[in-house]
Amino acid sequence: MSPIVIAIVVAAFAAGIAGGWFLPPHGRRGTAKLPRGTRRILLPFTGMYISRRAFDAAVRLARVEDATIMPAYLARVPRHLPLDAPLPAQCLQAMPLLEAIEQRARSQGVRVDARIMRGRTYRDALRRMLDAEPVDRVIVSATSNSGKGLSADDLEWMLEKVPAEVLILRPDPEDRRKVTAEAVAGHF
Amino acid sequence: MSPTELQPTSGRGHYTIFLGMAAGVGKTYRMLEEGHAELEAGRDVVIGLLETHGRADTQALAEGLPVVPQRRVTYRDLDISDMDRPAILRRTPEVCLVDELAHTNAPGLEHEKRYEDIEDLLDAGIDVLSTVNVQHLESLNDRMAELSGVRVRETVPDSVLGRADEVVLIDISPEALLARLRAGKVYKPKRIDAALNGFFRIENLAALREVALRQVAEEVEAKRLTTETVGTREDTVAADLPQAVGERLLALVEPYPGTQRLVRRAWRSAQRLGAQLDLLWVAPPGREPDAEQERQLAALRHLASVLGATLTVEAGDDVADTVAGVARDRGTTYILMGRSRPARGAARLRVPLPQRLMEALPGVDVRIVADRSVRHEKNQ
Repeated sequence: MSPIVIAIVVAAFAAGIAGGWFLPPHGRRGTAKLPRGTRRILLPFTGMYISRRAFDAAVRLARVEDATIMPAYLARVPRHLPLDAPLPAQCLQAMPLLEAIEQRARSQGVRVDARIMRGRTYRDALRRMLDAEPVDRVIVSATSNSGKGLSADDLEWMLEKVPAEVLILRPDPEDRRKVTAEAVAGHF
Repeated sequence: MSPTELQPTSGRGHYTIFLGMAAGVGKTYRMLEEGHAELEAGRDVVIGLLETHGRADTQALAEGLPVVPQRRVTYRDLDISDMDRPAILRRTPEVCLVDELAHTNAPGLEHEKRYEDIEDLLDAGIDVLSTVNVQHLESLNDRMAELSGVRVRETVPDSVLGRADEVVLIDISPEALLARLRAGKVYKPKRIDAALNGFFRIENLAALREVALRQVAEEVEAKRLTTETVGTREDTVAADLPQAVGERLLALVEPYPGTQRLVRRAWRSAQRLGAQLDLLWVAPPGREPDAEQERQLAALRHLASVLGATLTVEAGDDVADTVAGVARDRGTTYILMGRSRPARGAARLRVPLPQRLMEALPGVDVRIVADRSVRHEKNQ
């Protein structure tokens, strides 16, 4: 090997090291983003748990469609607070539950992009969520939302107004199975 | 500790505040007991303003303490009585008892708020004993409103507590307070049911009690550090105390979905420490975020707003330098970050970011947040 070739190889090697050293760290970033055009499945919920059936349905569909699940905790802002007020008490309820959902979904190979959405009512929060971020599908469980969460009127409103495919799961004995904050793995 | 046991640091009076979680815990009662103790010690004590709310025990205890009569103020044909600040100043007692410092004065008086009248008394060298409930503190007002469903209109700046020489927590268990309420020792019988169904629910009281305990703990810590590092009260700007001594967390985020996990954990830690949370994204300079990054940034901003945290975006080539600068500005005590992606090529020779941060910010804890779902997956 001629000295010129050796010199070129050494110079290229040195340039490679120098480039790696001085190149801004951001130059090598960008692998953790969502893939472009990813489908989004919204999983809105209220209260202390979500229906295990709704969660399983969302995971199954997400795996088939290579979609991202968007669990969204709907928070009601009391009338005496401004709409953009911090809600620490409701967040104390929402955060461990979102963590449990994310851990469970990611362990099944599904991407998660969680939200907490505020509104004067649950429907208002959901409307704001959908205005801000379009989704491809919405999954709710009729049973788990009766009484406290989204009402029958809200579900009807979703079917009429939401610009996405809406999947409302029929009531089922299996609905007693829930994903709760207790499912969080490790200290949270 | 009684004011008589303390040497005044200047001509200003000694200021003691009795802090409670709610009405009925016994703040006014304790203030009157202290007043009697001062009177028996031979000091000139007066009641500047007392709100007994018709409680017989409180009225009985007030007997024997001289009272400066309230003044009458006429406002829109209404006859209102309020504390007579000029009369107290003329009388110049050694100790003055002023109940409910968060009270808003009648229109047309010298000051808008009673705590401002108290400042005048203190400046005149009068020792003041006063009372306040924790939900009147400005910074806690939103949180209290959300917890209890009741928004308190009469608020005072947190610096009022900072200016007190002593903050005494009057604490009883929520169960004991409810028993007192049911026994008619807090409100008259016709108000009891409404109180039990409204503000005086056990979960409200438990939350308020926790906030009150934490507030006093922070005040004690602030005063201890102030004494150790600064010296006298005159050298200290009271309003700066929480920033100077409280825990403050900085979470390093990026606009992608996985970063929310880090924010959740950082917020939980901040809650446990009673600390403020800041979120920081060090953005690559000269490069606009793409549509997906914009969407994620908007989601992060919204999350920060719900949590009561602040999101800052700083452009910087050197992440460690930028983070260190922000951390110094904010008085950060904890930095939380996710696991870095594996370095490739010559970048392996670089000093890792956590190590650089620890070197640049001595005394600041750096915590790398684990990804529990990965462990969960491996276990399965």
